[in-house]
Amino acid sequence: MKLRSVGKRFANGYSALEDFSLSVPPGQFVSLIGPSGCGKSTVLGLIAGLAEPTAGSLDWDGRDKPDIGFVFQEPTLMPWATVAENVALPLTLAGKPAVVADQLGKVGLAAFAGSYPRQLSGGMKMRASLARALASRPDLLLLDEPFGALDEITRFDLIDQLLGLWQEQCFTALFVTHSITESVFMSQRVVVMGGKPGKVVTEIAIDEPYPRAPSFRAEARYAAWCGEVLDGLRRAA
Amino acid sequence: MSRLLRIILPALVGLVALATWEGAVRYWEVPLFVLPPPSAIGASLITDLPSLLESLLFTLKITVGAFVLASTAGILLAVLFAHSRLAERALMPYAVVIQVTPVVAIAPLIILWTGLDNAWAALFILATLVAFFPVLSSSLLGFRSVDRGLRNLFRLYGATPWQVFWRLELPSALPHMLAGMKVAGGLALIGAIVAEFVAGSGTATGLAWRIVESGNRLNMPRMFAALLLLSATGILLHVCLSAVEHLLLRHWHESRVKQE
Repeated sequence: MKLRSVGKRFANGYSALEDFSLSVPPGQFVSLIGPSGCGKSTVLGLIAGLAEPTAGSLDWDGRDKPDIGFVFQEPTLMPWATVAENVALPLTLAGKPAVVADQLGKVGLAAFAGSYPRQLSGGMKMRASLARALASRPDLLLLDEPFGALDEITRFDLIDQLLGLWQEQCFTALFVTHSITESVFMSQRVVVMGGKPGKVVTEIAIDEPYPRAPSFRAEARYAAWCGEVLDGLRRAA
Repeated sequence: MSRLLRIILPALVGLVALATWEGAVRYWEVPLFVLPPPSAIGASLITDLPSLLESLLFTLKITVGAFVLASTAGILLAVLFAHSRLAERALMPYAVVIQVTPVVAIAPLIILWTGLDNAWAALFILATLVAFFPVLSSSLLGFRSVDRGLRNLFRLYGATPWQVFWRLELPSALPHMLAGMKVAGGLALIGAIVAEFVAGSGTATGLAWRIVESGNRLNMPRMFAALLLLSATGILLHVCLSAVEHLLLRHWHESRVKQE
């Protein structure tokens, strides 16, 4: 996936992105970090096709636009549908059979297939949202600060689950966040954004094998990478 | 509060009130044409039941028919307005005009147009006009309150306009729609009755006419019996619509869900 000097100016004249370029090879886990309002979410919207760039272009290496899964900031579940129906939504809309028992099991919601979203905790709702994004076996998973509203224990849990699913299903992941530690712990590459309109400030490669154990958070090189990302963010500000 | 108490308590209050009423009327020897005792009303309800039921059926048919037509028209127009600002701009002012013009004021006109021989048609039109606006405005609010995130999600997965309508917009709007229809049910009955009062005579023979007629003949027990049937009808309508609402929303909507 390539974005070539993409720009986005909204109808009200506000320019969210300018000359933004990013290339993500298949299967990579990339984090996009930056202060609020630097256009991170706009990047995801452009990639997902929810908005059109006003400059530059998106390129899928000559292939068709891939199957995309999206995890929003909010769980965004339909309150009138059961967890299973919610997770099956991408399949239902595509006219495919709604088989999701497997997906529900992988995020630990097998017992809640027939429950309604209001019966779930915040973490479980996010899990259902993640299972839904992966239900159609997408090639590319876009995540827009999905764990921001969760407590730390739930968040660590979900991060492990997401990384497990990523290793198992080999999709490309683009993870938007404003948490330095989250971005370093999860990704192979951290892209630091900044400025108004937003652009890429720097990139940091996190050269650490998977699976990443919780003890990685206590390593000196983990702290060093966090420091590098923080430096990048300072420069961006 | 226990379920039993919730039924017994209001029933007890009602019984005490009826007994006081009966006793007071007998004690002060209030004439029958001023205030009939509950026993006389009950007796009238039994002896006049055939004619009263006939009137009730007439009013009920008009009310239910008007309610169905008003709900259908209100929801269809709301769908149209939700998808086309142009249609809303063009038609909404007229919907408001219909809403703000008191039904009593236009009733004579409508009755004149349909003719006294077809008074039922006039009642039907008037009851529909009264009931239609709450459905339109609530449904429109419902269709406008669709969660933006869910809308994006449906777009992302390439949902067809029909899928968006059927799977997203309709369920989102449902609670608002039902709230509007509950108001419309009561209004349809009020519309049917008020219009019949204005019609006054002719071929209309609903409960309102029974009340007018009984009043003219100073037959107060029958007037009260007709009134009783009228409020029973209103309560029945409300209970039916609440039951439908409960059935459709009980699993997921905050208003219907018990605290857990």
